[in-house]
Amino acid sequence: MSDAPVLEIRDLHVSIGDVEILRGIDLSLVEGEINALMGRNGSGKSTLALVIMGHPAYEVTKGEILLDGENLLEMKPFERARAGVFLSFQYPQAVPGLQVGNFLRKSVKALKGDDAPSAREFRKQLNAACDALDIDKKILSRYVNDGFSGGEKKRFEILQLMLLKPRIIILDETDSGLDIDAMRTVAAGINSSVNGSACLIITHYQRILEYVRPDHVHVLIDGRIVASGGYELAEQLEAKGYEWLDQEASP
Amino acid sequence: MSEVAREAVGDYKAGWHDPEQSTIRFDAGLSEQVVRDISAIKDEPEWMTDIRVKAYHHFMERPMPTWGSTELLNSIDFDKICYFLRSGEGTEKNWDDVPEDIKNTFDKLGIPAAEQKWLGGVTAQYESEAVYHSIREDLEAQGVVFLDMDAGLREHEETVKKYFCSIIPYQDNKFSALNTAVWSGGSFIYVPKGVKVEMPVQAYFRINAENMGQFERTLIIADEGSSIHYVEGCTAPTYSSDSLHSAVVELIAMPGAYIRYTTIQNWSNNVYNLVTKRGVANENATIEWIDANIGSKLTMKYPSVILKGEGAHGEVISVAYAGEGMHQDAGAKMHHLASNTTSKILSKSITKDGGRGSYRGMVTVSKKAENCKVNVVCDALILDEKSRSDTYPTMEIKNPSCRCEHEASVSKVSDDQVFYLMSRGHSEDEALALIVNGFFEPFVRTLPMEYAVELNKLMALEMEGSIG
Repeated sequence: MSDAPVLEIRDLHVSIGDVEILRGIDLSLVEGEINALMGRNGSGKSTLALVIMGHPAYEVTKGEILLDGENLLEMKPFERARAGVFLSFQYPQAVPGLQVGNFLRKSVKALKGDDAPSAREFRKQLNAACDALDIDKKILSRYVNDGFSGGEKKRFEILQLMLLKPRIIILDETDSGLDIDAMRTVAAGINSSVNGSACLIITHYQRILEYVRPDHVHVLIDGRIVASGGYELAEQLEAKGYEWLDQEASP
Repeated sequence: MSEVAREAVGDYKAGWHDPEQSTIRFDAGLSEQVVRDISAIKDEPEWMTDIRVKAYHHFMERPMPTWGSTELLNSIDFDKICYFLRSGEGTEKNWDDVPEDIKNTFDKLGIPAAEQKWLGGVTAQYESEAVYHSIREDLEAQGVVFLDMDAGLREHEETVKKYFCSIIPYQDNKFSALNTAVWSGGSFIYVPKGVKVEMPVQAYFRINAENMGQFERTLIIADEGSSIHYVEGCTAPTYSSDSLHSAVVELIAMPGAYIRYTTIQNWSNNVYNLVTKRGVANENATIEWIDANIGSKLTMKYPSVILKGEGAHGEVISVAYAGEGMHQDAGAKMHHLASNTTSKILSKSITKDGGRGSYRGMVTVSKKAENCKVNVVCDALILDEKSRSDTYPTMEIKNPSCRCEHEASVSKVSDDQVFYLMSRGHSEDEALALIVNGFFEPFVRTLPMEYAVELNKLMALEMEGSIG
């Protein structure tokens, strides 16, 4: 593990259509560290997550993202995934007819190639992860996110996280829609996966951060990071809300 | 034209059993004489010759259908078609004539060289002797008759005479008339009372030079309480230099019998595939048509079930894929003639690169048929703006106690779905293949394992290079 960032975002400007959503983001993710990105709805948090993963709807107008010093923005989403980037989606997509078990196995193979675990080893990991996340194994024969409840979708994202073992973890509002017990379970799953990876947790509540302790906290308002600090910044936000930072946001 | 034909018959008489001389090919074109010659070569009983000739005249008089893809139908040149070909060892086709893209697909599907030649129409037959014999012995031990149609006619003439054209008369449509006039090959199956054939029976294993016949004729009779699953075709593209394929399949399910008929066809896109398939289900019998149409220039095929006995059940589960230059006009028909009969139609189509898919379905419930249940689901997945999908459902429900459900959906693959799968390490093509195979999954899970795996692989190949 080195202190050099694995993922470095420099002066990132992003638009969708004519609307500029991110207006100059600088952020570095280092292996073994958890960063939290907080902000209200509409502040651009999810945009940042989707841009890191490479969603085609967003246009980067300025700035860069480097992965191990290489230009991440030139890579296709699947290349980013194969390089170790993982996004836990806020709104995971349903794929009717694609069975969860089959999908997971195929995804592990796509990402790890020859290093993928044997079928037996994979099955073992899968069972352990399902148990840890309190997921009924019947899910394996269901179709990907098809008819899943909000909570099931989030657990399934974390199940993928645990099996795919990425180096860079982006969690986009994984806590939203979870009750407190589910959140604890999911947080335990995240903690077991973070181990040595670089992690970015996107949330607008401080609650999940009680279970997954960030090393750094950043506040995003109107497409800019207006404050950064330690865990205490999250506590401040919880106590005071976002208003006191609004002034920082005005140009 | 029949000079050549009669010469061929002469050759045949001279040495039918010598494989080196057994290649018989008629000149292109159809006449009463050609029909009589076909019957003579096969040494058929007079009644069969008669029905062929009658069917021929009906075919000549019958106008072309005025629905479906009339433009394509009217472009068929019946004079250019060769109506009879029987090959022995010496075949006139050459591996070099098989188009490159089809050879590439064979390679990508990992099909062994010998089988490739069979699929490419270069060799007349390909089968695993060992597997074939063990299956054949099992069937014989149970009293199941499994022959090609010509042998069926020779060895079980009375049964064939009783049922031939009983479900699909030659007057049914122009192409059933053509098939009746010039049929060759196909399967004849009889399953005795109470016999359950456990393994799917595959046309693939039949030793028969006319396996891939243009005008196959199949008749399956499942006696009381028996069951059989018949599988024909394969997922690999079948190259054929013959441009017209017109089969007729008749199924008879006696009381309590079960017939599943699975077809997977992937014709090369020069082929017109115009097929008539119909079954009669007696009391508490079940007939299921499982039908995959992957290629061809034009397919018109509407497997039907006549629910004749009380408590009978009919099912058609079909998928169609139409790519560039293909039109799949497929569907199903269910006729509820008796009370407490149930039917289910599930039709799924995918269109891409300007392909066209049409669902054409008909469900009728007669006045006397009480408490019938009908369920129709049609789903279309359109992969690009150039492609097209249409639905033509017809329902004639004459008994008010019928419970009838109809659902139809048309969907497109969303960028977000593809992106989600890509974020898990799958390339664009792989992502699309996962979505497309998911769409076909309700169909694929009805298939024997090896067919399911092959079909998924094939669709993945079809999706290559689809997205930017």
